[in-house]
Amino acid sequence: MALMLVKFDLKKRVKLAQTVWFMYWFAVMAGVLVFSMGLFFKIELRKRSELMDNNESHFLPNLLILMGLIACGINALGGKICYDSLDPSKFVKWKPILKTFLMVCIGFNVLLFVTGLLCFLMRIPLQFTLAEGLRNGMKFYKDTDTPGRCYMKRTLDLMQMEFRCCGNDNYRDWFEIQWVSNRYLDFSAKEVKDRIGSNVDGQYLMDGVPFSCCNPSSPRPCIQFQMTNNTAHYSYDHYTEELNVWRRGCREALLSYYGGLMNTIGAMVVLVTLLESAVTIGLQYVDSSLSTLANPEDPESESEGWILEKTVKETFTDIMDKMKAMGKGSKVEEGGEAAAATVS
Amino acid sequence: MVLLKMKFTQQRRVRLAQGLWLMSWLAVMCGTFVFCLGVYLKTEMIRRAEVMENTEIHVVPNILMMVGLASIGTNWVATRVCQDSLDASRFPRWKVLLLAWFVVAALLCVLLVAVVVLSYALQGRLEESLKVGLRNGIRFYKDTDVPGRCFQKETIDRLQMEFRCCGNNNFKDWFEVQWVSNRYLDFTSKDVKDRIRSNVDGRFLLDGVPFSCCNPASPRPCLQYHLTDNTAHFSYDYQAEELNLHNRGCRQALIDYYMDLMNSTGPGVLSVILIQMSVILSLRYLQTAVEGAMALEDPEGDSEGFLLEKGVKETFEDVKAKVLAILQFGQVDPNAEESADTEKAASPTPAS
Repeated sequence: MALMLVKFDLKKRVKLAQTVWFMYWFAVMAGVLVFSMGLFFKIELRKRSELMDNNESHFLPNLLILMGLIACGINALGGKICYDSLDPSKFVKWKPILKTFLMVCIGFNVLLFVTGLLCFLMRIPLQFTLAEGLRNGMKFYKDTDTPGRCYMKRTLDLMQMEFRCCGNDNYRDWFEIQWVSNRYLDFSAKEVKDRIGSNVDGQYLMDGVPFSCCNPSSPRPCIQFQMTNNTAHYSYDHYTEELNVWRRGCREALLSYYGGLMNTIGAMVVLVTLLESAVTIGLQYVDSSLSTLANPEDPESESEGWILEKTVKETFTDIMDKMKAMGKGSKVEEGGEAAAATVS
Repeated sequence: MVLLKMKFTQQRRVRLAQGLWLMSWLAVMCGTFVFCLGVYLKTEMIRRAEVMENTEIHVVPNILMMVGLASIGTNWVATRVCQDSLDASRFPRWKVLLLAWFVVAALLCVLLVAVVVLSYALQGRLEESLKVGLRNGIRFYKDTDVPGRCFQKETIDRLQMEFRCCGNNNFKDWFEVQWVSNRYLDFTSKDVKDRIRSNVDGRFLLDGVPFSCCNPASPRPCLQYHLTDNTAHFSYDYQAEELNLHNRGCRQALIDYYMDLMNSTGPGVLSVILIQMSVILSLRYLQTAVEGAMALEDPEGDSEGFLLEKGVKETFEDVKAKVLAILQFGQVDPNAEESADTEKAASPTPAS
């Protein structure tokens, strides 16, 4: 008893072939979409690779690009097969490879689903990469004269302005590192000597943040320096001031940006997987309906189409038997050779 | 003497109709492109409406949107005409409409040329509008507690950060304006009292700029205050320092931006004009060739297509005469009625 048996006459077969051909073209466009999403994600990672210590993993966007290309190829081929299925003389040349092609399609669908799942899971390694990268980035903020790191200041400033964030977890991260280069510090001044003497590493630490942390929505001109000192500024309370600088940390901002991107891509890939499964089932129907013609000579005769020739259970046991037979076949051959060896 | 006569066989007429049909659909796409361009320009101008004092420059995107929509409709009509042109029974109903179509299509071309000219001509007005708008923006920067002006600070800050500019002409504009609100000034401190007394209007003027003027590409952390005082900062020379703040004025930055936008759309608009003109010319040839063929005994025979039946001068005279006739027709009527009345008045009297 076949799985989801449907009776087909010529008209129904033609309609089925046309519908599946149309769906294959949508699937080709879906493949292009997956490819372009992978490309976009790759470019976004490259743009900020400095902030991730050039350590970020490009595995996921490369996989998406590859899957997109394979999807385009498989779907174009499937569309051609459907197009030819309406003409019995052309369909004959596709018949031998159709079963293999369907197996390949099923395998590809599984891979595509796994890719979609990966999009949701790869958020976690990205989180660690970002945390590490941003911490190092902030340390190199002042090194605008060191070759290889001279653009870190600009990158960080532009990122803090674009993503509306400050520091790694919050703005206090800037209090713990020296972000003013030694070239601009007057070492003969008392204040500088005090600050350098106040910590073990001899770093010039201050309770101030770079200008890129400033929030334009604040009603008051930005207070960047002496932030913890309430008396340094008129009508200022460090604890209640909320709008002065960005409160969010950049790790959280970047993670939510990339996380959102990956979630969207993952959802799209799952939808594309559903479409691919639908066209694979459609092609299976086309194949089965064309191979069960009541009268093989008469193209207008009735036929049946199904997803599986037998029920799921029977198909499964068939596959298991085949695999066992293949295993036994090689064993019997070995036994035969051994027996032949001992005899001779 | 006919203008630009061409012979058309049936084959050529069919080819012309097919080619024109394709070109008309291309012209429909171009119309969509022009409309989208107008929409994009308009949204860009609306986004910066707060720093523009008047909306004269909006005439450019408005015309583009109108022309885009009109051209979609006009060229769609052209495709219908092409489809019907080879069918002798369906073509005559378009005859009346075609004259109006030519007028509308020519008008669209003229409007597109006008748009290109306007986008250059209005540059001066745009500059004026931006000058006043930015000056007001900078003046009201501190009024974050005045309803209606409370977003000026955020607008100007975001503008300066996005366009990498500072002040109206340059950063010194900020020295002439009080941009710190009185709510945050300690009027008991000596420094504040000195600065307020130093000028006639009693304003708190500083040689400092807001943080949004800071240039992220500077190798040194941004210096915002005491900019003219070399001794206030270590290893600092006010005259030589170039990277600390943005050097450009926001007016120049915005004008460059809008001019770039309009210049880059210039070639696109010019090619749309060319396509529209070729559609007009081809449709004229098709119309005259098909009408000529329909007049022959053998509709499949050769016919002539031309742009104008008579020469340019003669056609112009004809059109002028027709227009005058229509005008005079209106004038002659009252005269005819008067003379008829006088005749009627005159005729009974002899009888009676």
